Amino acid sequence: MCEPRRSIAAAIFALLCMGIASASTTVVHDTTLVPYTVVNGTIPRSLTAVPGNPAAGLAIVKNRKLGNCIACHSMPIAKEAFPGNVGPNLKGVGGYLSVAQLRLRIVNAKLINPDTIMPAYYRVAGLTDVAKKFVGKPILTAQQVEDVVAYLSTLK
Amino acid sequence: MRLRPSPLVIVATLALGVLFLKPILVTSQTTTPAPLSAYQVGKEKSGFIYLDAPLRAMQNDDFSNPGYLWVQKGQALWSTADGTNGKSCQTCHSAAETSMRGVGARYPAYDPKSGKVIDLEQRINEMRVDMMGAKPYKWESPQLLALTTFVKLQSRGMPVDVTTTGPAHAAWVAGKTFYDTPRGQLGVSCQMCHVQHAGDQLRSDTLSQGQTNGFPTYRLKWQAVGSVQRRFRGCNAKVRAQPLPFGSQQYVDLELYVASRGQGLPIETPSVRR
Ligand code: HEC
Ligand code: HEC
Ligand code: HEC
Repeated sequence: MCEPRRSIAAAIFALLCMGIASASTTVVHDTTLVPYTVVNGTIPRSLTAVPGNPAAGLAIVKNRKLGNCIACHSMPIAKEAFPGNVGPNLKGVGGYLSVAQLRLRIVNAKLINPDTIMPAYYRVAGLTDVAKKFVGKPILTAQQVEDVVAYLSTLK
Repeated sequence: MRLRPSPLVIVATLALGVLFLKPILVTSQTTTPAPLSAYQVGKEKSGFIYLDAPLRAMQNDDFSNPGYLWVQKGQALWSTADGTNGKSCQTCHSAAETSMRGVGARYPAYDPKSGKVIDLEQRINEMRVDMMGAKPYKWESPQLLALTTFVKLQSRGMPVDVTTTGPAHAAWVAGKTFYDTPRGQLGVSCQMCHVQHAGDQLRSDTLSQGQTNGFPTYRLKWQAVGSVQRRFRGCNAKVRAQPLPFGSQQYVDLELYVASRGQGLPIETPSVRR
């Protein structure tokens, strides 16, 4: 649970936790990443000016070096052998989660459930022992997050 | 494969093979398979339970278990004199089958000499340096893996029995903290994969509880026997965390904690894993 961490990120993180707990609005400044505002378990505004591209999102979701979502989720994608079942099947997820909810889920699922195994795809602060190659880099860029969100919202 | 033999080595091995045939036959066995329930203690399950039938059979037959090549090499090293004192392990410990019985099951353990918890590999190297006047083996070298596998084999079937209290307690706590801390760019802890999601599918892998009772283990992916710490490094890299150097105290502490999770599970060395 929102435990305190060493590093500057602790402050941001603590702030965030308080924000979620009191169901208010929190602006997240994570180092050089695009700042975003969390409102009641959602991120209502797009991280970028360019609308997400669902076809690009599908490619990211399948790519082992990017989303690698199939490692944990079944998705309605033909010819994807061996999907994992660590997370729920995402068939129909665009029907019951809004774009703003999906955006927070991809940006940082740990803000919804601090104990989740699901990686935070748009976060660099407050991580431990990141491999040198990946220090200071989020798993996905802001535009890639928007592409994935656009793809998920087509799963109805 | 690390141990790919040159023609000369093959001739030498054949010659040695004749010499060692007797001891090999004595220690090798095709065990009547123990029931699966023998690989589970309370809620703790060995990785053996998650294997498919052909791999279980391969592990249980010393003649088809590839890890046995390392056992044989370790057996040879046990009685080979090395270092300035002209001694071998056998000089002081005689037959490993009796002197080393149950020893591997108690490691990692607190070492009063260094004031730290050390693992079996470090204990063996301590012997080489202090007792034999020999150089320590390099981490993950074929020799260290072989000798560790041979010593650990002497505890096969005995329950994991590590001590987590007294002077070992601080190391155990540090190991538990490491285990529970989300790491790497993916921010995933050992606990999330091996406790929360044990039994689930991560792509084509079935997540086991990540127990260490079978180490050193022969992994098909490695085509070789590897140490617990090699596995830790792989699991760290999977979440894009920086793997620690072999032999780092944090990994030894982690070894102690992980072993304690599987307290009572039977030693399976050399186990076979995917
Ligand atoms: C390491 C495993 C893992 C990976 C990789 C992963 N997820 Fe998840 N995901 C989970 C788990 C577990 C949950 C269940 C909820 C929780 O734990 O908070 C979840 C929940 C979700 C949900 C909410 C579903 C619902 O019914 O509420 C969505 C949407 C989602 N994931 C999308 C994705 C996408 C898209 C990717 C890839 C960019 C991805 N996940 C990668 C483990 C993972
Ligand atoms: C000169 C005699 C000598 C030699 C040679 C020697 N040992 Fe030892 N060994 C000891 C003594 C004495 C102890 C117990 C005291 C101690 O821990 O230092 C011991 C302890 C051990 C232990 C720990 C036992 C326990 O119960 O925790 C292991 C394992 C071990 N030796 C393995 C080896 C191996 C493997 C070799 C060869 C590489 C070797 N020893 C060579 C004398 C020797
Ligand atoms: C992303 C998930 C994941 C994380 C995080 C992870 N592992 Fe693993 N681990 C695996 C997979 C997959 C395997 C191979 C299949 C199995 O045995 O679970 C494995 C295997 C193992 C094994 C071998 C088990 C055996 O029976 O031989 C050990 C030991 C282990 N892990 C320990 C750890 C430790 C300690 C950590 C934390 C430093 C860790 N793992 C983190 C996924 C993970």
